[in-house]
Amino acid sequence: MTQAFLSIAWVVSSILFVSSLRGLSHPETARRGNGFGIVGMLMAVVAVMLAADVGNHVFFALAIGTGAGVGMVLAQRVGMTAMPELVAILHSFVGLAAVFVGYAAFLDPLQHGNGGRSILLVEIWIDVLIGAITFTGSIVAFLKLRGSVSGKPLLLPARHFLNGAMFVASLVFVLPFLMGEGTSALPWLLVMTAIASVLGVHLVAAIGGADMPVVVSMLNSYSGWTASAAGFMLQNDLLIITGALVGSSGAILSHIMCKAMNRSLPSVIFGGFGADPPKGAVPAAAQPQGDVVATEVATLAGELAAAKAVIIVPGYGMAVARAQHAVRQLVDLLRKRGCKARFAIHPVAGRLPGHMNVLLAEANVPYDIVMEMDEINHDFPQTDVVLVIGANDIVNPGAQTDASSPIYGMPVLEVWKSTRVVVLKRSRSSGYAGVDNPLFYLENTRMLFADARDGMEKVVAALGAA
Amino acid sequence: MRIAIVRESFGNERRVAATPESCKKLTALGFSVHVEAGAGEAACFPDQAYQQAGAELCSDVKALYGSADLLLKIRPPGQRPDLGDELALLRDGATILSFVWPARSKVLLDELAARGMTALAMDQVPRISRAQKLDALSSMANIAGYRAIIEAAGHFGSFFTGQITAAGKVAPAKVLVIGAGVAGLAALGAAKGLGAVVRAFDTRAAVREQVQSMGAEFLEVSISEDGEGGGGYAKEMSPAFIEAEMALFRAQAAEVDIVVTTALIPGRPAPKLWLRDMVEAMKPGSVVVDLAAETGGNCELTRADEVVVHQGVTILGPTDLPSRLATTASQLYAQNLVHLLTDIGGAKARDPERGDLGLDFADEVLYGATVVHRGQILWPRPAKAAPDAPKVEPKKQSDRPTSDKVGGATERFRQPALMYADRTPGNERGTTAKRAALTWVMAALLTVAYGILKAQGPDTGQDLATALFLERLTVFVLACFVGWQVIWNVTPALHTPLMSVTNAISGIILVGGLLHSKGPVASAPVVLGLLAVLFATVNVAGGFLVTRRMLKMFRK
Repeated sequence: MTQAFLSIAWVVSSILFVSSLRGLSHPETARRGNGFGIVGMLMAVVAVMLAADVGNHVFFALAIGTGAGVGMVLAQRVGMTAMPELVAILHSFVGLAAVFVGYAAFLDPLQHGNGGRSILLVEIWIDVLIGAITFTGSIVAFLKLRGSVSGKPLLLPARHFLNGAMFVASLVFVLPFLMGEGTSALPWLLVMTAIASVLGVHLVAAIGGADMPVVVSMLNSYSGWTASAAGFMLQNDLLIITGALVGSSGAILSHIMCKAMNRSLPSVIFGGFGADPPKGAVPAAAQPQGDVVATEVATLAGELAAAKAVIIVPGYGMAVARAQHAVRQLVDLLRKRGCKARFAIHPVAGRLPGHMNVLLAEANVPYDIVMEMDEINHDFPQTDVVLVIGANDIVNPGAQTDASSPIYGMPVLEVWKSTRVVVLKRSRSSGYAGVDNPLFYLENTRMLFADARDGMEKVVAALGAA
Repeated sequence: MRIAIVRESFGNERRVAATPESCKKLTALGFSVHVEAGAGEAACFPDQAYQQAGAELCSDVKALYGSADLLLKIRPPGQRPDLGDELALLRDGATILSFVWPARSKVLLDELAARGMTALAMDQVPRISRAQKLDALSSMANIAGYRAIIEAAGHFGSFFTGQITAAGKVAPAKVLVIGAGVAGLAALGAAKGLGAVVRAFDTRAAVREQVQSMGAEFLEVSISEDGEGGGGYAKEMSPAFIEAEMALFRAQAAEVDIVVTTALIPGRPAPKLWLRDMVEAMKPGSVVVDLAAETGGNCELTRADEVVVHQGVTILGPTDLPSRLATTASQLYAQNLVHLLTDIGGAKARDPERGDLGLDFADEVLYGATVVHRGQILWPRPAKAAPDAPKVEPKKQSDRPTSDKVGGATERFRQPALMYADRTPGNERGTTAKRAALTWVMAALLTVAYGILKAQGPDTGQDLATALFLERLTVFVLACFVGWQVIWNVTPALHTPLMSVTNAISGIILVGGLLHSKGPVASAPVVLGLLAVLFATVNVAGGFLVTRRMLKMFRK
């Protein structure tokens, strides 16, 4: 009876999770989708608590209560700009939980003894391996996103060899692990965990800041696979299904991101982008010539007042400065004046897939004026003013023209085709990818050196007065 | 066969029908080329260059006409100031290649027929993709459009591009082009290149994309009516449409600095689009360039080949714009002629009995272009109802454009859109193939896994475990596939919420922790399980709540 009850609960939960992902595909159904997810999760947990072989109810209820409390506080407190960090750290929790579950399964005498022990051990091994990589990798990603660690890729001389060696080692050690009787092989598991942890750190440390959106979604994918591995280990279909759903969705997201950056998935996974000089480099072409021309708030306000069509290109700088509300005000003002003001969002703007959309949504920008790159790229020639706010690599014309540029071939927003480009930037430093931007030296480009929020608020004030 | 190239005699025509370059190609086609001394002078092609290219120079012009099998010209044959009627100088049965404008020159057709001559009219070449390389109307319209802007610039008292200088601000010129055919598009391109703000109006909806591709704004009236008239020309519109169009023009008149009109309707006087009151509404110093001046003009105040100044607005009605770029115009026209003669088959197409060119009328280009053949007037060819000749590949001819050099959208401008449309299905096929491949890979993996496990041994416990494992693997693969299918269509705007919800869902691992709850609290598995549950729940609660917060913010 209990087994039948559980099976039904699993099926219903799985369907709810699928509906949840399905719902998240469109803005209209997204909130319902989230609801489905919550119901599915509650159902799964309650069913397990009631029907499965669960002991120590009080303690576990307490753990769930504490965890939920902490999670809710975190989620309530976090600013929308800190969203990437939160997501990254949450991934690390899944990885950590998977490691714990793996060890628990190994040490739990109930799990041993029946047939197919070697299969179980391999499953534990895989679960712990992916879990550990996810755990430490996510922590490094979190630190990088917070800025506690430099966003520059850490490039050890023989990093590909190191990665390979560590990976092979963690696979080879499974053999002595399988030989061990009972729990005597524990040291091997510990050694592998240590290696996998180092591997996780090293993999993510070698990845530059510009690739962070892909990394975060890759880690998301890993966290799914680890849940799936745990499902195999515990012979639990719900875990397998849910983990596979999350894993494949994360993998697809990473694939989409990679395509948006014209990068192959392996090159992101194994890192090192932005440092290798590409083959056939033309060093002479790499350095843009000429001077940047600075502009003033008043001039910009005048140009905006005269403009018929304006496109705003936000980047990570807008997120950092929390300028989205000021930007919203600017767009409201422009639209009131009859100007066609829209947003152009590059798929990898910010540090998280869709990061800019979330920020603009937070500032109450209607989503139908927020355009994707493909929708808006051909409109730049008919645009009077393009306002680039804290974005750099995604508007770099070098990606199309300069074969020696590390971002050569990445699709970019063709802002330079408009009549006037104004780049709002804090300083003259290069972008996260560490690439100089010829856009700044173009004749129709003006630079407004200011903090994004500060600058935007001044422009709004000047335009309001105009 | 002897080809004669003569000096153009009409007015101050500076073009010439062959360049030294084209003479070489004509010679290669088997013709012997004879050039009147000084024929290319006005277009900057000296006699010497023709000689070097293998052409024979003739100073006895009468003999040149008299001995020619083929006469290549630009303007239709007419009166020469020195020798009188050109046709009279030619021998009976000769062939002429030039612009003919048969609708305007019935007399000329009759004369040609009476003399047993053949005439191929460059203005009658059908406007289909294949004939683009010999479409002299497009070549000349392109030049006219460009030159129209240059002429306007010459009479306009300001910059085209807006400038902010130390001495003050200059607003950019606003240019309106009416009629976005080849000439109109060329004018848009030239004006845009000079830095002006450009707009265009056309009754044909199909040219909208072409206008926008030139970086210009496409003006529209609220009434929808397609003015596609076939052969790249527009038809006449309904009164209601014309009224709305006039209202639009009146609004534009006060705003724009330069107006270029290129509107022509085949076989009829040019429509009057820019009326006296619109001219009067324009700012003093504005310029109107009327490319339809030869057929009466689009502007009420246009006088052909004159500069009219009305209340400070300059109105130009030039009819010789291609001639003002004589060198380039000659090059392009000469090349069009070479292509036409290549299509005919060169000198090898000579009819041995009659001694003139044998024309294959199965070739729709020749069928369309030949207006008089061996004394028989073939024009007008029966009209065909196809609205858009380029798309259908007709056996017979589409309705004949009977008018001037301007107007007409060519296939060339449509090409990019077509190519794009072609590409899309291919991509879809690629994706489907990839998905199919993925499915097969998964199936193969399952089989291989089964084989390996099966090979492990006869132990029954092992067998049971193998069966169970395979069952789980099946579930896993199916779930991957479902995830794959569900996620593909997510909108990029929702990537972050999607990620945080999947993150929350991956907290399902807490179930794994719960399954290790049996036993003494202090035992390792239980403690580890507790920890796993604790961390996973943080993830679950945090993930779902954050997603909720984010989704709340999305509004339309």
